[in-house]
Amino acid sequence: MRGLVKLLSAGYALAIYGFIFLPVVVLVVFSLQSTAFPIPPFTGPSTRWYEAVLSDTRLTSALMNSLAVAVISSAIAAALGFLSAWGFARFVLPGSATLRGLITLPLTVSYLIIGMGLLVVFNWAGLPKSLITAGIGHVVINLPLCFAIIYSQMGDHQINIERAARDLGASEWRVLLLITLPIMWPAIFASLFLSMTFSWDEFVISFLLTRFDTTLPVEIWNLLRSGLNPKTNAVGSLVFAVSVVLAIILELILLRRRPA
Amino acid sequence: MLVTPALLWTLLFFVAPFVAMALLSLNFQSSDGLTISNYTQFFTNPSYYRAMINSLEVTGMVTVISVLLAYPFAWILAEQIPARLQRLALLLAILPFWTSYVVRSYSWLLVLAQQGVVNEALMRTGLFTEPLQLANTRTATIIGFVHFFVMLLTLTIFASLKQLNPSYRKAATDLGAGPIRTFIYIILPLTIPGVMVGAFLTFVLAIGDYITPQILGGNNELLMPQLIMMQIGRRGDFPLASALALILMAVVTIAYIACARWLKIERT
Repeated sequence: MRGLVKLLSAGYALAIYGFIFLPVVVLVVFSLQSTAFPIPPFTGPSTRWYEAVLSDTRLTSALMNSLAVAVISSAIAAALGFLSAWGFARFVLPGSATLRGLITLPLTVSYLIIGMGLLVVFNWAGLPKSLITAGIGHVVINLPLCFAIIYSQMGDHQINIERAARDLGASEWRVLLLITLPIMWPAIFASLFLSMTFSWDEFVISFLLTRFDTTLPVEIWNLLRSGLNPKTNAVGSLVFAVSVVLAIILELILLRRRPA
Repeated sequence: MLVTPALLWTLLFFVAPFVAMALLSLNFQSSDGLTISNYTQFFTNPSYYRAMINSLEVTGMVTVISVLLAYPFAWILAEQIPARLQRLALLLAILPFWTSYVVRSYSWLLVLAQQGVVNEALMRTGLFTEPLQLANTRTATIIGFVHFFVMLLTLTIFASLKQLNPSYRKAATDLGAGPIRTFIYIILPLTIPGVMVGAFLTFVLAIGDYITPQILGGNNELLMPQLIMMQIGRRGDFPLASALALILMAVVTIAYIACARWLKIERT
């Protein structure tokens, strides 16, 4: 009985792992294809499609745009999320529960709808589409996430440390900079990196809110119009590699916080 | 003071757009005053409400299949894998989670293509003489979604399995319950909240996603996000797109209310 459970478990787990990794493996393997179609039989390995990606200025500038939007919008989202989490956790505010609900509300709304709403408003305001408008959209989707992560980590035991600092004569700003920020940094970094991965991957808001200069997912989307193409495989593999690095950093931060 | 910037941002870039969409959906820019014609159009035109039915069918199937696949997998990771390997096993299980949305759907297109690896393998077995039409079907959309949400659900279910107090299990065993009874009466009910959180996330994220159905499903049948994008892009009909977006929002809100008691963000 025990042995049977073990055997079935192993078989099932392997099948699921296979399913999960199938598209990634196919993507990466056929990015090394030396002929023009990313379908069997495999003709590589060759790096010609990576060279094609790196010499394509549209793709490389989209990559820089994506990085800039991800870093800046995540920094804003994490800063606003931290300040509001601190405010809600430490001070009694009128209508606190409602306001917290309001800040987390965008989490339940599809990116498509958020992007469309912003498009309507920016149209009325006469703001042209740009990387900035897309960045504003990314803050909207990541702010609730940052708030929720940081707020959930603000324990009551930390209040006492802050109180002690205040009793010893520290001003609010010194408490914030010297006590609260250092205590909270794992949560802040976790929310920052999570926001960066989401912004890095985000498509539909960037698609709706940018025009000429755009982000990498939108540029990849444009590539898809040409059908199956090893160049798309190559750029997709590169994007995957960046996301995995971000994810590993995130994992290391979480690991340090909770030693397993 | 501290919460003002976040609140202002939310009001300006989230609430205001909603109000704007609500106004637009009522045709407030037209000369005949406010009308609900966009909403009546949705409920009377079969090609519009059909998209909602398609969306609900696809999302419902995706949620159920993903939970059924992910639960045993999370259980194996949590119970059958030695503790020191668990973190690695879980990390591996959600690694492809980090592929970009567009790239992930494209990868499935490669796998399911007419001459893709799946058809290639099926032909090799000799059981099939003709390649199957896999890409550009509802099945492809569902496979693409399930792939993503199996990873997400494995994560949430794994977390709730690990949070179980081991003494409950011991108590059940001491009282004479076998492993199967312990699972059905103790472990399963206690992990339901985690499953519900994951299922809710699956539902919300899947029903609002444009990429997966657009890349994998083709244009044979439309889901709600595709219908909305079509109004924005090809037809430039923002009032109708707004009405459709708000209807989609209403469906998500209903799902939220149904799951509300499992979804609370609290401080630890």
